[in-house]
Amino acid sequence: MDFPALYVKETRAISRAKGSLLIAESIPGIKFNEIVDVQLSNGEVKSGQAIDISEEATVIQVFGGVSEVDLIRSKIRCKGETLKLPVSIDILGRIFNGMGEPMDGGPAVIPEDYLDINGEPINPAARQPPAEFIETGISAIDGLNALVRGQKLPIFSGSGLPHNRIAAQIIRQATVKGKTEKFALVFGAIGVSYDDASFFMRDIERTGALERTVAFINTASDPVIERISTPRLALTAAEYLAWKRNMHVLVILTDMTNYCEALRELSSMREEIPSRRGYPGYMYTDLATMYERAGRIFGKEGSVTIMPILTMPDDDITHPIPDLTGYITEGQIVLSRTLERKGIYPPIDVFLSLSRMMKEGIGPGKTREDHNNAFMQSYAAYAEGCYLREISTIIGAEALGERDKIYLTNADEFERKFISQGEFEKRKVEDTLDIAWGLFSALPEEDLKLISEELIKRYLPKYRMFKT
Amino acid sequence: MGKIWRVSGPLVIADEMKGSQVYEIVEIGEEGLVGEIIGLEGNKAIIQAHEDTLGLKVGEVVRGTGRILSAELGPGLVGSIYDGLQKSLLTLVENTGSFIRRGAKASALPREKKWQFTPRVKVGDAVSQGDIIGTVPETGLVEHKIMVPIGIRGMIKEIRQGDYTVEEPIAWVELDGEVKELTLMQKWPVRKPRPYKQRLDPSGLLTTGMRILDYMFPLALGGKASIPGGFGTGKTVALQQLIRWAQTHLNIYVGCGERGNEMADVLYSFRKLKDPNTGRLLQEKEIFIANTSNMPVVAREASIFVGITMAEYFRDMGYDVLLVADSTSRWAEAMREMGGRLEEMPGEEGFPSYMGSRLSTFYERAGMVECLGSPERRGSVTVAGAVSPPGADFSEPVTQNTLRIVDALYALDVSLANKRHFPAISWLTSYSLYVDAVKDWWGKVDPEWEDTRATALKILQQEAELEEIVRLVGPEALPQGDKLLLLISRMIREDFLQQSAYHEVDTYCVPAKAGLMLKTIIKFYELAQEMLNSGAGIEEIRSSPIVYRISRMKDIPNEVFEQSVKELWSEMEESLVVSKRVP
Repeated sequence: MDFPALYVKETRAISRAKGSLLIAESIPGIKFNEIVDVQLSNGEVKSGQAIDISEEATVIQVFGGVSEVDLIRSKIRCKGETLKLPVSIDILGRIFNGMGEPMDGGPAVIPEDYLDINGEPINPAARQPPAEFIETGISAIDGLNALVRGQKLPIFSGSGLPHNRIAAQIIRQATVKGKTEKFALVFGAIGVSYDDASFFMRDIERTGALERTVAFINTASDPVIERISTPRLALTAAEYLAWKRNMHVLVILTDMTNYCEALRELSSMREEIPSRRGYPGYMYTDLATMYERAGRIFGKEGSVTIMPILTMPDDDITHPIPDLTGYITEGQIVLSRTLERKGIYPPIDVFLSLSRMMKEGIGPGKTREDHNNAFMQSYAAYAEGCYLREISTIIGAEALGERDKIYLTNADEFERKFISQGEFEKRKVEDTLDIAWGLFSALPEEDLKLISEELIKRYLPKYRMFKT
Repeated sequence: MGKIWRVSGPLVIADEMKGSQVYEIVEIGEEGLVGEIIGLEGNKAIIQAHEDTLGLKVGEVVRGTGRILSAELGPGLVGSIYDGLQKSLLTLVENTGSFIRRGAKASALPREKKWQFTPRVKVGDAVSQGDIIGTVPETGLVEHKIMVPIGIRGMIKEIRQGDYTVEEPIAWVELDGEVKELTLMQKWPVRKPRPYKQRLDPSGLLTTGMRILDYMFPLALGGKASIPGGFGTGKTVALQQLIRWAQTHLNIYVGCGERGNEMADVLYSFRKLKDPNTGRLLQEKEIFIANTSNMPVVAREASIFVGITMAEYFRDMGYDVLLVADSTSRWAEAMREMGGRLEEMPGEEGFPSYMGSRLSTFYERAGMVECLGSPERRGSVTVAGAVSPPGADFSEPVTQNTLRIVDALYALDVSLANKRHFPAISWLTSYSLYVDAVKDWWGKVDPEWEDTRATALKILQQEAELEEIVRLVGPEALPQGDKLLLLISRMIREDFLQQSAYHEVDTYCVPAKAGLMLKTIIKFYELAQEMLNSGAGIEEIRSSPIVYRISRMKDIPNEVFEQSVKELWSEMEESLVVSKRVP
């Protein structure tokens, strides 16, 4: 439907069209970053955004590129609005495209409110420090890199690694211990292949989680500029569900590498000065304004937890995309090709992975009293084993001392028993910790320096068996 | 009053702005967004907007305020949480809720609250700039000294005692028949360093409770340090440890373009943590500036200068102040963004060519000074800035420009962090040029400090060389003496340099304890060498219960440490000497 009367201003004076940019004469009353319609001479309407306005000219970035735009008959019409998402509780169970329009064949959402997709920054003084442990059922995450509500924890992967399967497993299994609260999932697919998007949607559907899921899907063939809006739409929906509807929301965004590529593409079209590897200098801030929408707020029941997935170009963690992400997020889960080649699932690289919020979420009353010590000790033992493994490749395992050999075997066992698990296996955090204690049995007891004697007496299997 | 001519991100150009000055604060549009003029061209003013410009229109009004970006200085600063423009974030929560609305206003100092003012001068006294005319007990830890503002002198005509708000006059100063009112509050333009009588060299240790800093790479009062590190290397935790335990009168934490959750964690923890000396809540000596990464970019620059201005103000009272900035890289990025919008010729990696000089104007405001006015007093501002080098590559421009200015480097090492060695400060690449500046200080606490420190550094250096050999031939192939050296260096690393920020006792280590810890390890080394010489094996030494005892030294509380380390020493001598005789 069209209400021409509602369009307040329009212009035909377009002087230049190139890439995704239109340069037109100044449009009085246009707002900075306003969403406009670009009507082509064949009647087709494209969306665009005013990215630079002045008394001399207006620069419009057209979503979907300027193909078929002609400089004489095309029109720019202003609606006086910045990009907003219509929200209501009915968005649950729905699938939208990168402009926030339904793509599941269902009717448009009857909105309760229109929310600016850029959101507003949470006042740091109103933030509640995240501290509730989320049990994902995956030992390498729960035991060593625990996730808490309100955290932003990305998965750094590489092409061909099973990040989608891990993310799907987390979606299936994630719970907060001993609580049944309103839980929702927001899924944002950014420039992914059709297959990847449908893998997730099928998995969500199969587990019956669809009715508490909102999906925003921009596939690889959709307009590049919509990759910029897709994650913002997803986060706006998440904020609505968390802060207005008191739900605990987990946001999965995949693949953020495509988002950053889109950002670079648009930036170069705007002829901005590039920073590292051609990415725009504001990429850190741009990513931060999205990831920082995770959190908890004093006096509000809900929470927003974000788990973005990104593939590191050439597995390089110092590439600007993972690098800037790592500076923003509260840790990272890094997948390792070496472990993948050994046939270990999930192939989580324990050394490069980190959860900054972990210490707040674990311990007595949250997971178990021995969690922190068992974590540190496992980590130290595995690190020692890996160091020796490295040395033994040069000098041979035979040249190692007895004590060193124990650690070398322990590292292999740790990968086989602790890190490795089934794709549909949900381990309780207690089971995860018990596996760790089982591995400690093989080590000399006096080497367990990071655990207090009291805990050793309570949890080390040989004492436990003695007791029962 | 002008109008908007162009909007492009945080860059706004306004027309009809004749008569404005550079760095003047303007209010943009109907919402009155805060902006700062950074250039003038004919009638046009180039403005950097400190708030999001979404939805602004060409032709909207731009109002000049006639004042430049200034900080409010007076009672009420301590314990506050500000954004980059010194708006009180707690007031904003009360006024506008949990989210920050554009254009929302909140003054820095509470206007209603009354402070108890006690004069220190009397009617008829001659006063001049910087003189302390009275005091206000601001918190249990900070006595706020009210000073005569810069540029004012004369004779006290009247001075009051009692409870006043920051805006009510408390004294009148007369000069040549002209009378000026003084209030508890004064203002100072943030980009201008506050004056002092004389600049002094940094001296005395800034006690941080971190062993690797205090003992190995000391930071002097009035010094400046940089903490660069890749992500996950513990920059934020290291800075938080600094502002928690630094033995100063006041600490300022500038969270500039960093994480909101971490900021929340800092704020929350300060409501519980206590000062080790007085037992009072730490937030009674802290000021926070929280300009998180999702808050307007341009305000990051302002936040650093607002912070350092407050630091100088307390320095002028004769206090030792520590300012930490996390992270200066985000600030540099804000500069780059503005430079790009202004179409300036970019320097290295797109950063503007003036970045280096802008960084120095910040760091150079650190220092120890003899303050203006009477009574005579010394104050200091110590600055520690984090740098977030992309890809943990220290050759990038922000790190390199910073290293030209600072005198202490605490280099955070990714490989140490991956081994979970925290604080991940590399002992091989870090340095401090303040060793001489703190020599006298250490002389009183630990006369053998210089020697002990040098011995430990030498052992660590030797270890690094041996590591290369181990990688080729394996640890078993080394001679006994080298094996022992590896054992000792490991003890220095794990039992001395490693320090847990989360352990109740270990989080704060008094300098005397640090010295005793290191000396215990070196003493053990000497005894073990004797044992080796008399034919004992390395295994025997490694499995000695003393090794385990030494590894637990960290957890012994500061108060009982000296006693229990004495026992350890006599035990050590006994057991090692006895086992020496056995074979």
